[in-house]
Amino acid sequence: MKILGLGDVMEKKKYEEIVSRHKPTETRAQNSFIAFVTGGIVGVIGQLLTEFYASFFDIATKDATTFMLVTLIFVASLFTALGFFDKWVTFCKCGLIIPITGFAHSMTSAGIEYRKEGPIFGLGSNIFKLAGSVILYGVVSAWFFGLLRLIIMGG
Amino acid sequence: MIYINSFLFAGAICLLGQLILDNTKLTAGHITSIFVVVGAFLDTFSIYDQIINYVGAGALVPITSFGHSLIHGALDKAADMGIMGLLMGMFDLTASGITAAIVFTFFFSLFFRPKN
Repeated sequence: MKILGLGDVMEKKKYEEIVSRHKPTETRAQNSFIAFVTGGIVGVIGQLLTEFYASFFDIATKDATTFMLVTLIFVASLFTALGFFDKWVTFCKCGLIIPITGFAHSMTSAGIEYRKEGPIFGLGSNIFKLAGSVILYGVVSAWFFGLLRLIIMGG
Repeated sequence: MIYINSFLFAGAICLLGQLILDNTKLTAGHITSIFVVVGAFLDTFSIYDQIINYVGAGALVPITSFGHSLIHGALDKAADMGIMGLLMGMFDLTASGITAAIVFTFFFSLFFRPKN
């Protein structure tokens, strides 16, 4: 093992400083911008679909919302299965992870990934591998906050 | 106008998530879980309902609305059934999304192979 001399330490520090000064800030700004725009576009698509379903099937906006969410989940699952949604997620990051598409994507990619390990211990055990935490903490927090509200505000 | 609101709100939520992802050690799994809890918390005081009135689907598409739907269904049922209603109504509004995701995942997993 080579013991680092003072020069090496300086070099290393300098290198790290340069890396942290240049690379991340630029990509961070870029990532944030892409996430903002793509996330916004998903929101607008959701609004368009909701109004389309509400007028096309002549149903209440609340029911059209369910149709819209199922459509987004279907599209995200299908595109994940076809293989190119992973590239979109790598590019858009939170723009596609935070919307409901990320939930469907995590489930379908886990399902396809673990399918080869069998229907029970592969697909069955791992389908909620990534989405499970969302459901777990969502249910526990909703139950806890609901209980608080019932006790404090009486419903 | 509602389209602009949708764009701005959904975009802002995703921007917030991206900022947390880039500037902390938290992973995407942490962030989605945190956002669900935040959504549930906001609906405890019916704040999230107000947001939905203004921005429409922009507030329903992000994962925060999952937490909102969970507690909303639970509280609706709790209004009739008391404290047991919290357990009975928890999945009332989110059932369609979870069921759809499970069914689609099952059939796509049967017919498609991983690409890489």
